[in-house]
Amino acid sequence: MAKGVKPRVKVPKTAAAGDTVTVKTLISHKMESGQRHGDDGALIPRSIINRFTADFNGQNIIDVALETSISTNPYFEFEAVVPEAGEFQFTWYDDDGSVYEAKKKIAIA
Amino acid sequence: MTFSRRQVLAISGGAIAFAGLPAVPAFASLAEDAISEFTGGTAPGAGDLSISAPEIAENGNSVPIEFDAPGAVAVAIFADGNPTPKVGAFTFGPLSGSRFASTRIRLATTQNVIAIAQMEDGSFQRAEANVKVTIGGCGG
Repeated sequence: MAKGVKPRVKVPKTAAAGDTVTVKTLISHKMESGQRHGDDGALIPRSIINRFTADFNGQNIIDVALETSISTNPYFEFEAVVPEAGEFQFTWYDDDGSVYEAKKKIAIA
Repeated sequence: MTFSRRQVLAISGGAIAFAGLPAVPAFASLAEDAISEFTGGTAPGAGDLSISAPEIAENGNSVPIEFDAPGAVAVAIFADGNPTPKVGAFTFGPLSGSRFASTRIRLATTQNVIAIAQMEDGSFQRAEANVKVTIGGCGG
């Protein structure tokens, strides 16, 4: 597991049923591209998050395949429909097999 | 060293031919290959797909981009001047509120950022934005 990986997610606490809300996610990760050379001149091996998914109550919102050209600390902003109260689930998949998760509840106002 | 008239003509003719080539970024063909891999060889048309990126990015390590693709099921982003032109592919699920997303990408040099959207009917749309990069973002 890469060090210091911390997911951060911003979603509204409440929404009206059927509303579209904006979701912002950020995860601290080096996203080592495999193009850089270390101090000893050797190529630093690639180590990135290669997939990100967002779901709400088990239904998919967005599924992103990440490549090396995504910046350090991958950031995504997108919109989701909230049909009922429930829980957002965010998942990031690392090259090394680690899986990072974050969850956010949302209530119907 | 002196040149004969024939040599001078040959050299200058070659120089003109070289200068006349369109300014293609070094990795452009790689990007086109990656795009046709995504589209399966279908030529993308124009449509409602839009991509926005800053005209000038001072730091190529983190360039904010966003796209809006009404009616798309998936959108792939390519950077034609990067050593690996694929940037990412966004697939939208049933609870997606719109076909909009925003992220931050790395750009090695001044180049085009290309978005290809796969529409519900299976056709493809293409949009691109040129970004001038002051400091490249691929390390060295």
